Amino acid sequence: MINLVPRKEIPLRLTLTTTAVAVGLTLLAGAGIFGILGYDPLAALYQFFIAPVSRGYQVADLFVKACPLIIIASGLVFSYRANVWNIGAEGQMILGALFSGYVALYWGGMPAPLLLPVMILAGVLGGLAWAMIPAILKTRFNTNEILVSLMLTYVAALFIDWTVRGPWRDPMSFGFPLTPMYPDAGLIPKVDLPVIGRLAQLHWGVVGALVLSLVAWFVLRRTMVGFQVKVMGDAPRAGRFAGFSPALVTVLVLAISGGAAGLAGMVEASANIGQLQPNISFGYGFTAIIVAFLARLNPLGVIIAGLVVALAEMGGDSAQIAMGIPKVVTGVFKGILLFMLLAGETFNRYHVELRLPGAAARAAAAKETGGA
Amino acid sequence: MLEDLILTVLMTSVPLVYAATGELVVERSGVLNLGVEGMMLMGAVAAFGVAMVSGSLVLGVMAGAIAGMLTASLFGILVLGFATNQVATGLALTIFGTGLSGLAGAPLIGKAIEGLPQISLPVLSDLPLVGKLVFSHDLLAYGAVAMVAVVAYFLKRSRAGLVLRAIGDNHDSAHALGYPVLGVRFAAVLFGGFMAGIGGAYLPLMLTPHWAEGMTAGRGWISLALVVFASWMPWRVLVGALIFGGITIMQLAGQAEGWTVPSQFLSMLPYLATIIVLVLISRNRDFALANSPACLGRAFRPGK
Repeated sequence: MINLVPRKEIPLRLTLTTTAVAVGLTLLAGAGIFGILGYDPLAALYQFFIAPVSRGYQVADLFVKACPLIIIASGLVFSYRANVWNIGAEGQMILGALFSGYVALYWGGMPAPLLLPVMILAGVLGGLAWAMIPAILKTRFNTNEILVSLMLTYVAALFIDWTVRGPWRDPMSFGFPLTPMYPDAGLIPKVDLPVIGRLAQLHWGVVGALVLSLVAWFVLRRTMVGFQVKVMGDAPRAGRFAGFSPALVTVLVLAISGGAAGLAGMVEASANIGQLQPNISFGYGFTAIIVAFLARLNPLGVIIAGLVVALAEMGGDSAQIAMGIPKVVTGVFKGILLFMLLAGETFNRYHVELRLPGAAARAAAAKETGGA
Repeated sequence: MLEDLILTVLMTSVPLVYAATGELVVERSGVLNLGVEGMMLMGAVAAFGVAMVSGSLVLGVMAGAIAGMLTASLFGILVLGFATNQVATGLALTIFGTGLSGLAGAPLIGKAIEGLPQISLPVLSDLPLVGKLVFSHDLLAYGAVAMVAVVAYFLKRSRAGLVLRAIGDNHDSAHALGYPVLGVRFAAVLFGGFMAGIGGAYLPLMLTPHWAEGMTAGRGWISLALVVFASWMPWRVLVGALIFGGITIMQLAGQAEGWTVPSQFLSMLPYLATIIVLVLISRNRDFALANSPACLGRAFRPGK
């Protein structure tokens, strides 16, 4: 049997070690899967984790790929820290894209410098509004936020599908389900530095994402809001005695995580696509859940975790092209990684003792002889 | 026409009945497994693959059940052995199951097999009115009702069921009385996987005779909602599943009839209905929580 004795505090070194071990074991499991499928494990791992960044400009692309993950996970950290399980970031991201897309497509005539800020605001509002549905149902009727936020993701995906095929479709799109292109002022510009010039597809949204996770770290670590979130997650009874409102915290963390997901939808559509299409997200909202856990629910860790997971996503493409490995392998990787991380979390929080049958008796006997 | 419609509704609800009944037992033991979707997908792909290779639908269903149990055992080891967070582990199981089923099913895409031979009871199914509706289903459909009956009896009337419910309501007391909390919970988790696996197997074998990535389309999550709808009472699962089956078919029928509502809005119906039902049930606290297991989702550590 496994015996778990809680630790009083968790040293940072231990967290880093267990996380590294979890990643290592995932790679090992991955190599095993490749072997079973009949591919050369080492070559497959190379295609997955090294080939995608073997050229300089690809590193910039890695950041571009990680951008929505970092933004969404920075928000999800708040939700999960408070023990509120928003798993509908995917849907909130879609709503963010829809709201900001409406601004770009129908209010594009406003003064150019205003357009992007208004789009950002609209994107955040869209995600936030979608997240308010589970928030209100949870606080008002005690309805399970996990199921509601997930169901709303299906609804959101169907809704954007209808919009881009129906009322918002570009009449010039030759029947493709696409809206018109955003006006130029509604596109997030690429990073274009004086001496270096452009860095592949790197855009200012990436910079924004990095700043956002720093802000999230500060809020969670240094402000009263962050403190309340953490207390309501770790010790809700203590929080209530301190006069914190569980309902308020629930609404707040759903607003933060929903708003962040909406922002990610705005950034993705405006910086990478430039219009709306049925698929805005490709599962970023779900992948960001893994990013948040890989980061051990720490907003600063989200940056590294986002890059690691984005690397695996890019690796999926490169392995498919180079070796014909089905891209869904990435999903298996993600699942295994999450399992390993969760098991690692147990080693963080507890001393794990393996007790074999009869071992307890032997230990007691040893103690007795030792004491005598 | 109407008969066929009702028949389709019944068939659509079968996988939900299996998955939700399994999850109900898991939750009654105090464990929340959000990985139903992943277990169903694993069951579906295993069932389809084995049925296609062996040509035997019985073997297919068995493979689905075993795949569901194996997937569930991963969850059980983590949640019970390592006391991991049940919500996060369940999510991981769904992500893992979706990925692995997609990988295993990649060579199966585009292939088709025949449905289970229906057992039509010769005389009975020719009866007017009720004949076709009651007596012309596949074995699995009857099995679903039988499983609900068995589970209802087990929980309400058997000693083992009482122990399981005691563990779900207060694992510390149950442990103090000498009941094997983790063992019973692991068995419940395996049963949940078994049922989700069969529910998943029903999809490619009976409902749509092909395999598609992510073909459960949220049925696992709807099953989780059904357990809440049923307020943890087995027979109510049957009612809930029929309602959802009806809504799903209404959407398809509406598309076929050429309703002017865009198809996307019709497709939203099952998901919206789930939300509405959850709200209606949970707003009445007494009803919603009367049978809710008190230890649901809480980790148990025997050594403390």
